[in-house]
Amino acid sequence: MAINWFKYSAPTTFYGLAGKLIPWFAISAAVLCMVGLYIGFVVAPADAQQGEFYRIIFIHVPSSILSMFLYLIMAAYAAMGLIFNTRLSSMMASAIAPTGALFAFISLWTGALWGKPMWGAWWVWDARLTSELILLFLYLGFISLHASIDDPRRADRAAALLAIVGSVNVPIIYFSVQWWNTLHQGSTIKFTGTSMHIAMQQAMFTMLVACWLYAITVTLMRVRSIILERERHTKWITELAEVKS
Amino acid sequence: MNKLSLFSLLILVVRRDLVLAMRRRADVLTTLIFFVMVVSLFPLGVGPEMDMLRKMAPGVLWVAALLASMLSLGRLFSADYLDGTLEQMLLAPQSLSVLVLGKMASHWMVSGLPLVLMTPVLGLQFDMSIEAIAVLILGLLLGTPILSMVGAIGAALTLGLRGGGVLLSLLVLPLCIPVLIFGTGAVEAVTSGLSVSSHLSLMGALLVLALAFTPWVTAQALRISME
Repeated sequence: MAINWFKYSAPTTFYGLAGKLIPWFAISAAVLCMVGLYIGFVVAPADAQQGEFYRIIFIHVPSSILSMFLYLIMAAYAAMGLIFNTRLSSMMASAIAPTGALFAFISLWTGALWGKPMWGAWWVWDARLTSELILLFLYLGFISLHASIDDPRRADRAAALLAIVGSVNVPIIYFSVQWWNTLHQGSTIKFTGTSMHIAMQQAMFTMLVACWLYAITVTLMRVRSIILERERHTKWITELAEVKS
Repeated sequence: MNKLSLFSLLILVVRRDLVLAMRRRADVLTTLIFFVMVVSLFPLGVGPEMDMLRKMAPGVLWVAALLASMLSLGRLFSADYLDGTLEQMLLAPQSLSVLVLGKMASHWMVSGLPLVLMTPVLGLQFDMSIEAIAVLILGLLLGTPILSMVGAIGAALTLGLRGGGVLLSLLVLPLCIPVLIFGTGAVEAVTSGLSVSSHLSLMGALLVLALAFTPWVTAQALRISME
């Protein structure tokens, strides 16, 4: 039987699919978050050098990773919307942006909380902190450009172009900032093995998956609202049970 | 109609924009005055110690140049947009990218070049050495065209929006950070006796990259904004 892969690229069908998927993602995000926090706070031992302070890593690292990946995913959706002119892709891009900005902000915030006991300062002008801050600026630029254009089609296309230019610029910014100054510790987890305790790794990966699931849940919820808002004049929206009541 | 070669088209657009700019000299001067004023505010803000000022000078001059070029970007397309010329340019059979490149070049000559020419005087005010000033000027010569080109993308995207000016800075300034880093890095390198070639080469690479892509991206942005 041939599967029609494009069936769910229409907002009409995707709206229902997203509604069915949300509870699954939400519940597994909550469960994994609790498991991850339990391992992180109870099972994982205190760090030899950093004592208890290091435990903020379990939220800091996943949110940093997500903030970067979500920008790329957002840019990819935006590019798809621009190239193939698919409405849903643009809606997904604008649904992802606030979550990405939130993760960038959490990453900076937890980084500051971690930096105070470790480096003795809330903020240092280090390469990774600075590029994370710039990433937050890029998200805010995307969101505010989208918000200030009234015509949603033009807003989608203009913001998409900005996201693509931004994603081309991200590596340039990253390396220029890195040459400018560096103080942050290198990443501990490498593909060739790691110096981390096994429980710490488990906690971090569980939290990473939990954050992914959370991001997906929130994005799907937001994209449903966007679909409702944009398609409010269509017939199928007025026939929806939740709209009728 | 005889066919226009790309180069003569470019010259034509640059000449037209320069003539228009010369008819409204006040606009050109305000950018320059803004630049001088921002730079002069710093010693008043941080104190007159020469050691500190000498250290700060490249950063202050670069940031002021960045802000000054943002200030004039709003005018890049808006006049042509309001009187309908831009629509004619979009409809013209000639390449829109080349037209846009011409507009970028004239924008740089009007708002970037005067700043570069003013820099030696301001550098002396900050007690910079002659070599440092030379490197700063070289960096600005390579870097300010990038600001005009990347800024043009933002100007095209925010065309005709309310509050476009502030939004424009929000979009463009993060993208200009590498230029700022390499420009000030070069001056820092020369004052500490290191080679400046790496910073300036990277800046040159950015310039070539911008030259290759930004006219086309800006043309796409104009098409999005004008449809």
